[in-house]
Parts: sequence; C-alpha cells; structure tokens
Amino acid sequence: MTDMTVRIGGLTLANPVMPASGTFAEGLGDAVDLNRLGALVTKTITRELRDGNPLPRVAEVVGGMLNAIGIPSKGVPYFLQHTLPLYRSWTPPLVVSISAPTAEGFAALAAEVSMPGVAAIEANISCPNIEEDGKAFAMRAGSAAAVVRQLRAATTLPLWVKLTPNTGDVPEVAQACEAAGADAVVVANTLLAMSIDLKTFRPRLGNVMGGLSGPALKPIVLRQVYQCARVVSIPVIGCGGIATAADAAEYMLAGATAVQVGTATFVQPGAMNSVITGLDRFCDARDIKRVSELTGALKREEADEVDLAWLAAPTA
Amino acid sequence: MSTFRAKTVAERSEILANTLVNGEYRHMVVRCTSLSAGAKPGQFFQLLCPPPPGGAPFLRRPMSLYGADPATNTVEFLYKIAGAGTRGLTTLGVGDTVEILGPLGRGFTLAPNLRHIVAVGRGAGLATLGPLAQAAQAAGIGVSAVLSARRPDLMVSDELFRSRGATVLTVTDFEGTSGPAHVERLLRNLITENRCDAFYTCGSSRLLRVQQRLAHEFGLPGQVAMEQQMACGLGMCFCCVRDFNVGDEIAHKRVCWDGPVFDMMEALP
Repeated sequence: MTDMTVRIGGLTLANPVMPASGTFAEGLGDAVDLNRLGALVTKTITRELRDGNPLPRVAEVVGGMLNAIGIPSKGVPYFLQHTLPLYRSWTPPLVVSISAPTAEGFAALAAEVSMPGVAAIEANISCPNIEEDGKAFAMRAGSAAAVVRQLRAATTLPLWVKLTPNTGDVPEVAQACEAAGADAVVVANTLLAMSIDLKTFRPRLGNVMGGLSGPALKPIVLRQVYQCARVVSIPVIGCGGIATAADAAEYMLAGATAVQVGTATFVQPGAMNSVITGLDRFCDARDIKRVSELTGALKREEADEVDLAWLAAPTA
Repeated sequence: MSTFRAKTVAERSEILANTLVNGEYRHMVVRCTSLSAGAKPGQFFQLLCPPPPGGAPFLRRPMSLYGADPATNTVEFLYKIAGAGTRGLTTLGVGDTVEILGPLGRGFTLAPNLRHIVAVGRGAGLATLGPLAQAAQAAGIGVSAVLSARRPDLMVSDELFRSRGATVLTVTDFEGTSGPAHVERLLRNLITENRCDAFYTCGSSRLLRVQQRLAHEFGLPGQVAMEQQMACGLGMCFCCVRDFNVGDEIAHKRVCWDGPVFDMMEALP
C-alpha cells in the first residue's frame, strides 16, 4: 500500500486524482464510487445566467475531442440551493470552479461561494469558449495577476487558478499567479482548435472554434506542467489528456502534485478510479512509499548506460 | 467500508447475435449483468464501438434499448449503420465482446390508470418504442402502434408489437401513407374508439407535432423519447441539450440525464 495522500496548499487530499472541471457532475455517482476520489471539482459556475453555446457542442477528432459547451450556468442561488447540497452526499473535498467577465466579478463570486462545504476555489480564468477568439485572463501574466489579486482579497479559501495552454507565456502566467497569492495552479485548460465538415463546408462546432482535449493534448500540456513546476513553488495540478495511471505518473514526474482527469471519464466512467489504483501499483512495483515522491522526480542527468528506451513503447 | 451501489455499469458483454434484419437494420443481442438486464423501456446504453477500417470512434455511441431480459441476462439493440461507430459494430460476430455502459437516462412510465396507449414511431424510434410493447402487456394495457418507415421492407418492430398483442398500423413513404395528414386521421380514429389514453412517440418531429396538437385538443398526456448527439451519457458535459417548454419559458434540458424520455407537451420538435 502506497501512501497516496498529497498536499495542495493547506489542503490534504486522500489521493492525487480528481475530475477536471466541466467533465464532472453528480451523475457520475451512478456509475462509480465518488468517495474514492481525491477531490470533487464542480462545473464552472457564473453569477450570470448563461445558456451556453449553439449546437453542435462537441466534435470528435483523432485522439480526442473538441468542445465548445460555453459554460451554461443557472447562477449562484441555484448553485447554493441545488448543486452544493447534492455534493454533501460525498466525502472528498469540494472544489468550486468559478468564472466571471471581470476581475471584480471573480472576486464577488469567490466571496459568495466561500462557505462551509467548499474546500477550495478553482478560478477558471482560461475557458477558450466564452470570450471572442479564446481571449481569457490567463493569456497574459498581467491580466492573470490582476484577477488573482482581487480573488485573494475576497476569500480565505485555498485558491487554485486554472491556466490556459493557449499562450506562449504559461510559466510567466504561473509565476504571476503565485506572486498574486494563488495557492496552486491547474495546468491547463483545453487548447483552442477547430474542425471542418467536408460534406457541408461548415465548422463542426456551433461556436466554430472550441477546446481540444483528450490524449492528443497530453504531450503539449505535459511540457507546460514541466515548465511551470520549474518556476513556481506552489503546487502544479496537471490536467490534459490523462486517461491512465501511466499518463498520471508522467505528469507527476514532470512536476505535478496532483492530476485532473476529464475527457477520459466520458469514454470510461471509471477512468479516475483506474488511475488511482494504477498509481498505487506503479509506486508499489518500484518500492516508492509515497505517491508524492513522484512529483518532480524526472531524471535529467545523462544515463551511464546506452539508452535503449526507444526500442520499446513506453509502459507503466 | 464503502456502501456504494452502482445504478449503471460499464461492462464487457459477449455478443450472442448480430444479424441483419432487413436492408438497413441490424439486431444485436449481448449477454450482460442483471443490472444492465434490468434496463427499462426508453432507457439507453453507451456503446464503446470497435474501430471499423479507416476510422476510430473516440467517444461512446448512445443506443436506445430494444429489449432487456433479466431472466436470461441479455439486452438487445436494433441499429442502422450511420457512421464510424455503427460501422464498427457490424464487424462484431458471435463470441466477440462489446463494452456497454448502462442503463442510462429516464425511460417511459406507464401510469396505472391507463387502459390503452398509442405508440407512434419512425426510424430509430421504432427500436426505442419496442420495449413498451412488453411493458404495456405486462401491465394489462392495450397498445396500438403506428409505425412509419420509408418502405415496407425497411419496417422494424412491427413483429415485436404484434407478438405482444398490439394492434399494428404501418405507414410508409413508398405507399404514400406516412404523411402527417394520414397519420392524424389514423390517430383521430383511435381516439374516437377510446383506444388512446396517452401517446408514446419517438423518431419523427412531424409526427410529434401532430400528436402534440391532438393531445392538446383532447386533453391527452404523452411522452416522447428524444435523440441528440451525446458525449458522456451521464449528464456531465451538457453537449446533448435541447430546447423545451418549461412553464412560461424555453429552457435547455439534457437529453441523456433529464431524458431521453420527456413530457411530450414540453418538447420542441
């Protein structure tokens, strides 16, 4: 048995595996035991009532999918009266994902949802689908820091900030968030992408563009997690194309303290539980006592022996 | 100790049959757990379809239930090749396995006061309505089925309805009998004969509109099974929303989680 606990800025999780915001709702509890998860992360809520984007909202691509759901939200009162009580049926810490059109709006919403039963706030400053052309606060260090400063002043809860992979400045944005008071950064959201139907000449998403997720995204975000973990001292939570324990282990070796699993759950509802079980076995097999020892354990020194790794496909 | 009890399960199921029943539809029977075999009419499964030559489906494919038998631990599906997913399903033979996730969604309900219902279906809706025949028979409720297809040779579910004691009226484009005006006359006759306490429908917007109008005129209830592109099947992704009349306003509901069976009067065709 591996010690599976991880610490993320004052919060101890029973294991490092949790859902990615947007890909999880209480319905998953019909299929899997949610009490096994490290944390629960809500879909992003907003104060504004939002219908979401026109259909189609999802399109399959090679190795993953595009989505442009558009954060449908029934507002804060609905969340407090209906959604929050639902999650009291489960024991893992509840992380509430929030979004707003302004820094002030983020702060006000963070204050409103800072209440008993909420363990942390994840600020989604990186949704590519709700602003024109994917513009989001997380695209630049300055705008990200401005939001995080206001959020920090508005809540005493642990503050996680979800970054975008759609900028060349991800490590700079992560540093800016840390300096502005973030307790952790989630790296990353989906990658802005598109797909065209050659029968109709129409975009395959009603919103034209949408976010790429799934296995196709993994190598890119893995690199960004590595880059961020090297320059910040707060925990990095890896999120991008994780479907197996091997994927999660790679993310942790690159520097992630914990991981979020999203799109894989759409294909296999039990994906997160498989990742937890698999990480435990991965550590056991290598005599690693604590899963947290994986974080940043990437070896960069030159090997003394001839590297034959390229002969075999990577395995767990 | 965990007290978790699954209401839906992802399981690898053995194919017992996967045969062509006419020029378009295939009938697939799989062995499953009692949880899956307890699926109710109107519920659906998400199938992890094997990759056909030239394209691997990434997401699961939703498929409505055609039959479920807890006595033999089997579920049945009726499907037409529509894309990479269903093309992949055709490659499966007896003894192969397919991974199914279900039962999912809210199915049809049969109120105890019903004496005779009318089922109206077309296309994939013919498969979806199929399990109602057995459920109604078991509840002592008479069924009249109006089944619509392009051609007589592409009709499905008619034998199933007849075997469960239903009166079957088939209409087809080929015979010029499937238009809304003719179907409305058939439905008005059934209402006049006191054989329509409620409508159950799936697969045609045109026929849904006819039934909504008649339901309004005669004060009859109805249920409709809706279709939509899906990703997760568990109400998480919000990709399968449709518009519904809820109270005085139009609201989105998730077909996979809030449905796929809805109050017929709420549905926007």
